[in-house]
Amino acid sequence: MSKSQAASADFVSPDLKNHSGRKTIFKKLKKNKAALIGGYLILFFIIVALVGPYFTVHDPLKVDYSTKLLSPSSTYWLGTDHNGRDIFSRLIHGMSITLYIGFLSVLVGLLIGVPLGIVAGYYGKALDSVIMRFIDILLAFPGILLAIALVSVLGGSISNVILAVGIFSVPGFARITRGSTLAVSKLEYIDAIRALGAGDFRIIFLHILPNILSPIIVQATIRIAIAILIASGLSFLGLGAQPPTPEWGAMLSQGRSYMFDHPHVALYPGLAIMIVVLAFNIFGDGLRDAFDPKMKA
Amino acid sequence: MLQFIVRRLLQTIPVVIGVTILVFSLMHLIPGDPAQIIAGEAAPDDQVEAIRERLGLNEPLHVQYGKYMSNLLQGDLGQSVRSSRPVLEEIKPRFWITMRLALYSMTLSVFIGIITGVISAVRKYSLLDSLLMLVALFGLSMPNFWLGLMLIKYVAVELTLVPPSGWGSPQQVILPVITLGTAGAAIIARMTRSSMLDVINQDYMRTARAKGLKQRVVIYKHGLKNALIPVVTIIGIEMGMLLSGTVLTETVFAINGMGRLAIDMIRARDFPVVQGIVLIFALTFVLVNMLVDISYRYLNKRIDLN
Repeated sequence: MSKSQAASADFVSPDLKNHSGRKTIFKKLKKNKAALIGGYLILFFIIVALVGPYFTVHDPLKVDYSTKLLSPSSTYWLGTDHNGRDIFSRLIHGMSITLYIGFLSVLVGLLIGVPLGIVAGYYGKALDSVIMRFIDILLAFPGILLAIALVSVLGGSISNVILAVGIFSVPGFARITRGSTLAVSKLEYIDAIRALGAGDFRIIFLHILPNILSPIIVQATIRIAIAILIASGLSFLGLGAQPPTPEWGAMLSQGRSYMFDHPHVALYPGLAIMIVVLAFNIFGDGLRDAFDPKMKA
Repeated sequence: MLQFIVRRLLQTIPVVIGVTILVFSLMHLIPGDPAQIIAGEAAPDDQVEAIRERLGLNEPLHVQYGKYMSNLLQGDLGQSVRSSRPVLEEIKPRFWITMRLALYSMTLSVFIGIITGVISAVRKYSLLDSLLMLVALFGLSMPNFWLGLMLIKYVAVELTLVPPSGWGSPQQVILPVITLGTAGAAIIARMTRSSMLDVINQDYMRTARAKGLKQRVVIYKHGLKNALIPVVTIIGIEMGMLLSGTVLTETVFAINGMGRLAIDMIRARDFPVVQGIVLIFALTFVLVNMLVDISYRYLNKRIDLN
């Protein structure tokens, strides 16, 4: 389809001349305030996910009806839910789940999509047609529908969500990788290396992959944001993480019935999702600006 | 042009066949025995056997697929396990609700998105531009089901401006459409802005200005027309997000559309209906994409599609 080519074309050309300038990319990244903020926020969230649970005072899972649905106070910073659990503690414990799903599902997408894209772009011809038709079929399922369908048959669990969201991100990675691979493998120096006797394996890993990394990294960052949104949506629908897991989407799904009198049960989990997704989007925007001089305008 | 449309139609055939294979396979991806899972764990053996028989699950796979396809070509999407009614009958009354929700949201996304994008591009680097793009970034990062919940709580229940749920009256349409359309509006705004900025620096824009044309004419007649071409491609992809986004929006607002039916049927383990809905969604999306490609071609005759 023409659309993907139009979309990936943005990513293809700029980096080719730029691969010796990894330092300048970091310099640009440092100059890009938004990217820095996004990057530091992500770092902060990772630290919270790793060490935060050791610092929370309240047990995120312990049910205590004597403290149910309390409004935010100095004891319960963000209030308590219908089971009397501290929402702040649950959000802190949920951070690792959110990031885990985000990173791992994108890793699944990368591990399937990038090899498919490289093989399609590098070998071309029949192999390219077969792979890209397969990608077209995956893309025929609108948006998150494929993820919903997969989780519905596999059963609701965090690992199935990771698999489903991972497969959902395969087409994006495959198409961008293919486009970039096509552009790089047409360059003269690849011919020169081949003439020197380098095998396909060596050419792909040492010469093509390093040159197509930046569009893939940008795509991965944005995909993490999307993955977190989809995963929380699946949990909200009851198809993902199951209660009492303090997953944010699942918290929203449970808090829904109580939000009319106690808005804090639905307000904060949603804000948490938004802030984390925002950080990845800001970082992704910054990376794209840094990697892609054309977009600087 | 006609040749292009025919070729585009032919290209769609293998995709549609692939989609049917994937949807057909869904039933067989169920870990364990699908008949047992549909019947429920405690179901007696003869009931499980009856379901297996009815869904034809004990026949070889290729025979099952052959039957599935021949039924499909006759407009038969199978039978609901729960209600025994034809799947198509279950879906039909809900299809248009979902399509209207998606179409209204798309209209909102396109309208707000393009206007915002153009304003941002024309006033680039101004305070207004930064503000609009910040709002867009938030719109893009917000879980839409949460936005829906907040709108219900604060706009419908607190301010009592509109009903909190349901579908039908114009008032009931507003919140779901905002919920579903916001992310799309944000994406289209960002796309329009960057596309406009690309176009503004083109030579023909400078020529138009040098000719002495008014800034407004230059922007809207020469700029926007060319800047919208990449935006059209995004609309196709956005339609996909909107179609599947109806699942969440309909759940939040208790709208009896196809998306909510999907979730209800997943919970009820009525897989033939789930398969039918997934198929209808996918076929609709394939059709939409085809129309987008054709209009893209129409807008931009320079493109060579093969």
